[in-house]
Amino acid sequence: MVDTLVVPLLKIIILLNAVLVAVTYMVLLERKVIAWVQSRLGPMRVGPYGALQPIADAIKLMTKEDITPTRADRWVFTASPIIVMVPALIVFAVIPFGPEVELFGRSVPLYITDVNVGLLYIVSIASLGVYGIILAGWASNSKYPLLSSLRASAQLISYEVAVTMTLVSMVLMAGTLSMVGIVESQREAGLWFAFVQPVAFVIFFIGGLAETNRAPFDLPEAEQELTGGFHTEYSGMRFALFFLAEYANMIVISCVAVTLFMGGWLRPFPSVEALGFLDLVPSWIWFLFKTFVFLYVFLWIRATLPRYRYDQLMHIGWKVLIPIAIGNVVVTGIAKVLL
Amino acid sequence: MGEAVIFYVLSALILGFAVLVISTRNTVHSVLFLVMNFLLVAMLYVLVGAEFLAVIQVLVYAGGIVVLYLFVVMLVNLKRPPEVHQDPRRQARLGLAVAGAVLAELVAIIVYSSASPAAPAVAAAGQTVEGGNVEQIGWLLYTDYLIPFEVASILLLVAMVGAIVLAKREL
Repeated sequence: MVDTLVVPLLKIIILLNAVLVAVTYMVLLERKVIAWVQSRLGPMRVGPYGALQPIADAIKLMTKEDITPTRADRWVFTASPIIVMVPALIVFAVIPFGPEVELFGRSVPLYITDVNVGLLYIVSIASLGVYGIILAGWASNSKYPLLSSLRASAQLISYEVAVTMTLVSMVLMAGTLSMVGIVESQREAGLWFAFVQPVAFVIFFIGGLAETNRAPFDLPEAEQELTGGFHTEYSGMRFALFFLAEYANMIVISCVAVTLFMGGWLRPFPSVEALGFLDLVPSWIWFLFKTFVFLYVFLWIRATLPRYRYDQLMHIGWKVLIPIAIGNVVVTGIAKVLL
Repeated sequence: MGEAVIFYVLSALILGFAVLVISTRNTVHSVLFLVMNFLLVAMLYVLVGAEFLAVIQVLVYAGGIVVLYLFVVMLVNLKRPPEVHQDPRRQARLGLAVAGAVLAELVAIIVYSSASPAAPAVAAAGQTVEGGNVEQIGWLLYTDYLIPFEVASILLLVAMVGAIVLAKREL
């Protein structure tokens, strides 16, 4: 009873709250990092160094008027922020933050569940998020959101192919679809898969940027061309949900990248005995630290690179990334058979 | 007991959404009900322990194919009602014939499967495969069902080439 119901429920509650807090602070971090890159200070007024800014933002967004355009499709308009947010959150169910640990005299795994199709589960749930974006643009009954949502969905579908292909080569490496199993196989191999599969790693990261609509692939939110994007007609908390989902997706992509390529909760160089003192740091801290590095790179890229043109984006996706990813799968397969 | 309750609730929801798919006037809503239908079918797969099929169902149907449906529905103007056919009874008669055929098929399946309970496919293959049903499906696809699998992939290739030829007149 305790092990099958109470502990998982507690873990879900803690994880969901942690994700939501992390997401709101990601917004602050983004503003701060971009400000530093541009030699500004960023938010400074609310709390020390602007540390309470996310709370102020949340209060502001919740108290704003919630407008539904008269010509909008009421049901779909209301549902689409939810459709965007829910997949972004339920993906965390299979992400392993650490191995089983002793906690209050019982052994508790630091993940909610470990299904044997974990990686496929993440891919399939993530592919549902695109509905929210298409429907938000359509239901607004407005030109720019519709254009933006068509762009967004074309982009997501294109890059999904390349990302999924890199995942295939990772599955070939690990021999399992379970997220925990993938980390375990990296420990047995004694090194992170990023060193074995650098091509897949780079393609996954570029695809991840495009999947989360982040710069330099943030065409669906090109303010200058589309007056905002698919969420132009939204206001208040529903508008905020789109942004929270985007940041939650960034965290998901970073977590998956860490699990697949950077050894998950393993310390750096897991096979080198001399670095054993690194094990003093708890495994979940290693996981969160690596995830944070990825998130920082996301923000860094946003602050540094200009946006791609739409045809360039499609060109990179279909004519560069997908062929390389397929080639990588073939090479990995041959190497796996020969070695 | 619990599984049976879940099964009947799921089945009722699946049938309900299926009816909504064909009875809604708004095409986008109809596509959305179709997505709900696919997701609930995926839950049925989970219920019988076929989690690989469930995930593939979500990935391919709900996440891939229906997105393309939605594209088409949004881009094509469907406000105009379709032209009424000369003989209004024609559709009803055709529908009745198809419904009869489906009913006959279902009855045949029920009679046949209750007469001889299906042996587990993996046991029939004379192989014991370790691990979950990902490995089992992979094993079956590349041994017993290799030829249907290859035929299906060639069929998909032909469809793809055909679509490209249709879309691009001069290559």
